[in-house]
Amino acid sequence: MSDQYVLSIFRGDQNEGEEKTYQVPAIPGMVVLDAVHYVQAHDAPDLGVRWNCKAAHCGSCSAEINGMPKLMCKTRLDDYQGQVVHIQPMRTFPIVKDLVADVSWNYEVAKKIEAFAPVNAAPFRMQQWDVDRVQEFHHCIECFLCQDVCHVLREHDAQDQYFGPRFMVKMAEFEMHPVDGADRVPQLKNEGGIGMCNVTKCCTEVCPQHIHITDNAIIPLKERVADRYYDPIRKFFRRLNKNKKEESSSSTVPSKV
Amino acid sequence: MNIETMETHSFDILVLGSGGAGLRAAVEAASGGGMSVGIIGKSLLGKAHTVMAEGGAAASIGNVDGHDSWQTHFYDTMKSGHYINNFRTVEVFAKEAPARVLELEQWGAVFDRTPEGMIMQRAFGGHSFRRLAHIGDRTGMELLRTLQYRAISMNIEIFQEVTITRLLMDGSRIAGVFGYHRSDGHFVLFKTKALVLATGGWGKVFKVTSNSWESTGDGAAMAYRQGAELQDMEMVQFHPTGMVWPPGVAGLLVTEGVRGEGGILYNSEKDRFMLRYDPERQELSTRDVVARSIFREVQEGRGTPHGGAWLDISNKGADFIKKKLPGMYEQLLTLGDIDITKSPFEVAPTCHYTMGGVKAHAETCATNIPGLFAAGEVACGLHGANRLGGNSLADILVFGRRAGIAARDYAGSRTDDVAVSEKEIEAEAERILKPFSRPDGENPYAIHAELQETMSKHVGIVRDQKLLEDGLEQILKLQERAKNMGAKGGRTYNPGWHAVFDVENMLLLSELIIRGALERKESRGGHWRSDYPEELEEMGQWNFVHEISPNGDRIKKERVPVMPPALQEICSRPVAPGKEPSPNVDQRKGASS
Amino acid sequence: MAQASQPGVGRPIKPSGKLPYWVEPVFTIVAFGGFVIYSLWEVFFHNTGTYHNYVSPFFSPGVAGWFGFHVLSALYVVWVPFLFRFSCYYYRREYYRAFSFHPFGCAVAEPKANRSRPYKGEWKINNLHRYAWFLAVIVLIFLWKDVVQAFIFPNGFGVGVGSLILLVNAILLTGYTFSCHAFRNMIGGRKDCFSCTAHGKKTTSYKLWHRISEANVYHGAWAWASLFSVWIADLYIRLLIMGVIHDVRLF
Repeated sequence: MSDQYVLSIFRGDQNEGEEKTYQVPAIPGMVVLDAVHYVQAHDAPDLGVRWNCKAAHCGSCSAEINGMPKLMCKTRLDDYQGQVVHIQPMRTFPIVKDLVADVSWNYEVAKKIEAFAPVNAAPFRMQQWDVDRVQEFHHCIECFLCQDVCHVLREHDAQDQYFGPRFMVKMAEFEMHPVDGADRVPQLKNEGGIGMCNVTKCCTEVCPQHIHITDNAIIPLKERVADRYYDPIRKFFRRLNKNKKEESSSSTVPSKV
Repeated sequence: MNIETMETHSFDILVLGSGGAGLRAAVEAASGGGMSVGIIGKSLLGKAHTVMAEGGAAASIGNVDGHDSWQTHFYDTMKSGHYINNFRTVEVFAKEAPARVLELEQWGAVFDRTPEGMIMQRAFGGHSFRRLAHIGDRTGMELLRTLQYRAISMNIEIFQEVTITRLLMDGSRIAGVFGYHRSDGHFVLFKTKALVLATGGWGKVFKVTSNSWESTGDGAAMAYRQGAELQDMEMVQFHPTGMVWPPGVAGLLVTEGVRGEGGILYNSEKDRFMLRYDPERQELSTRDVVARSIFREVQEGRGTPHGGAWLDISNKGADFIKKKLPGMYEQLLTLGDIDITKSPFEVAPTCHYTMGGVKAHAETCATNIPGLFAAGEVACGLHGANRLGGNSLADILVFGRRAGIAARDYAGSRTDDVAVSEKEIEAEAERILKPFSRPDGENPYAIHAELQETMSKHVGIVRDQKLLEDGLEQILKLQERAKNMGAKGGRTYNPGWHAVFDVENMLLLSELIIRGALERKESRGGHWRSDYPEELEEMGQWNFVHEISPNGDRIKKERVPVMPPALQEICSRPVAPGKEPSPNVDQRKGASS
Repeated sequence: MAQASQPGVGRPIKPSGKLPYWVEPVFTIVAFGGFVIYSLWEVFFHNTGTYHNYVSPFFSPGVAGWFGFHVLSALYVVWVPFLFRFSCYYYRREYYRAFSFHPFGCAVAEPKANRSRPYKGEWKINNLHRYAWFLAVIVLIFLWKDVVQAFIFPNGFGVGVGSLILLVNAILLTGYTFSCHAFRNMIGGRKDCFSCTAHGKKTTSYKLWHRISEANVYHGAWAWASLFSVWIADLYIRLLIMGVIHDVRLF
């Protein structure tokens, strides 16, 4: 093992900036965030970096390490033996300073999502195997790495047309909750822009919580949107049922069929 | 600097701290309608230290163990707190916790389920019954996320990444807070009729700690400077199981859930030592006992290679572990190179929680400053000398709500305008910018590192007169040096500058911890003195209350509130309520089902 | 936003310990491109895919034969699996990455041409994947019929290399077809609560959905494996017809 690592960290702000090189002594089991802290304590106290728990629970220390969106607290430096480690802020969002990105857009999107609306009062009776599906979505730590890597937001700046993977997961979490009664399918199709996703799965690849964002959240939601808006036969039967004034006998919540 | 052009916000109710307690208070304050509510966080929304709570929220819902009741929860909490808790706080807490947990379910939290489809509850150290409602090993995150999304759906104004450096007073009453935006360093003034303090603890004063960077005790320190009373400061909880190796992750928490789900502790001689220290509860003894036991084993030469104990859950099988403790599995695999489904791993005590804090009223969370309310880890009264695992998540829900209600009532009763002193604000603004005039001043990171070193060495798990006195001397020296802390660079997101205020607060609270520890000449709960190894009945009647005074700080001895006979009867029982007829039930049985 | 506000970013990417990001899309280009070229050759230059009791999956079912003509007879069938694969959620990932560079690799900058053209999301026609699925199931039934036929030689039951190839092909295609995301939705995924109507019991719908969800994790593997098995099956039979090789009877 080499006795030191070479870090090349982006220093600068919105207007200008460049990578600066720092040397950090190696400690066994060291993660990138440890090295950044070392730099802060010894070379550059004003080095801007966000972090909280250093245990991959809070999702604050998102950055791009050698070009890949990752959590700094979960990325071991010994994975980069013999390489210069380039650390840059998430590039989908505007830079505040150094490694700190302005992620406020995400919080604006979060507000638009229709809140959880249970059809009856707690305590709910739900089987474990019935909630396994939504519990996966609850693992999200809101690190926004999926938002960062999503090419719709990253390359096409379509922030006004697509909520991004994180909020597809959030909507799936509410939408698939066994006792939720709200209907978010129209919002998914229109404002949420689920059609912007072309299932290239980079969000799933970078997710530090290993949520199957595409397969278990986005695609099932896309299918629900297809059920509602793109399936002529289902549309026909829905109309027929409506005309007959019969409530759908399907076991889903009627408003959602 | 011109106060007229300064960014200013006015609220009826302002909540300081956007962790679980703060969000719960804000949600409650806003739910009545008609009042403006703001909430300020030092980090981004949803990142607060609450996310680190893993095991669960303790509430006697009784879904798994039907005999559980608020009386048993009360009994357990008082016992674990070594009876220096405020009994009324505990009573309110034990009675209301179940409703608060169910409320979360109503708001979208999805707890693990029992076979009947109800909220699953797991066993935990010191709890007589399986009581912790949980979601795998990320319960705190679930609570925080649920409250976060609840809050943004309401009429609450949220301020993220704002550092508050001073509480503003209007005479003896609270009038607002002052600070700056971390993103660009510009000043911001908040005026408010009522302020809820929910700023969490100060575990960051120790070197080996499971706490996030935010746990610097800002709220407690600022309140103290304005005359609030702080109590039981000597009581710091060391969680028995923090990671030990590699050094990069030392202190990182290994949830008590590992033991709750059946993990066993061994020393280097393959001896299950907890059988000796607490034959009745073994690994599921209270945290103070387990932490001390591990510490002793290491001191007596039976520690693991890196100075800890072995924790082994591999006998439970890979599927079970990955389902019930997915976060722990992943954490140890990626950061520690250990597959816990196959082998045991090293653990050692790590600083976890500060039981002491701002003295708060049992029912209203009111402090001795009118208009200031305290809830969560920053407040004091519930946990006594040692906190039970799972009680803090229930704590933030119960008292977050109560603080919200009380703040709403107080703000509603106040009809006059809030006045802040322009002079005070100007002086504070100048103080905030002072570090920039000393670019070559003391490095706050270095001071912080020395502080942590000192605290860990002198005020750790084991304390004595000499250690404490030396520690105090060093802290006072550091305080002097800290007056000369400097900052380089500009005001835009400058952690070196931000750290100055964190370190100031931590230095103040560290001093109070040591002063409290010097006063308490006995061993009780989280406070263990090798020169006074016994728990003394006389000492158990007192809480130590710290108060600022013009002639230096004071420590008052205040009597621990005396329980009414009905509660006294509960505490004096030989076994926990509900446990009476049980012929030796293994607590752990079935927790794994 | 991304380009203007981020000076100094946009490094080449080399995640350590993994293959370079371009390996996967290049593989897709080669494999997929090769298959398409092969298919065109097969469809436009051959009119039969039958060799004794073996029928190539390209020519089954023999729709053209039902109408009595044998011109471009594969064309009447291949559009079904083509549509199914084209609208498949897994293949979308592959071709959007490999052929339209949306994106070429994760966190890899897209070509300038991509940026200037407004991105409008994926093709809406893909929402009809479920109908392609139904058609694919019909074709699959015929393929299983062909498998049975492949074990029946003029002198009775037998096993040739060709029979085994067709059997494996049918198994892989079945795995691919029934691990489909759209099918997963139809069979139960669209429900929010499985236990609500069943008093806490696991319903058939749940059990099916659960099994399909498990298989769905490997949908990509099924997709590639079945693509190659179709390719191999057809090529084997084509070579038999051309007399290049001879079938080996194992039993």
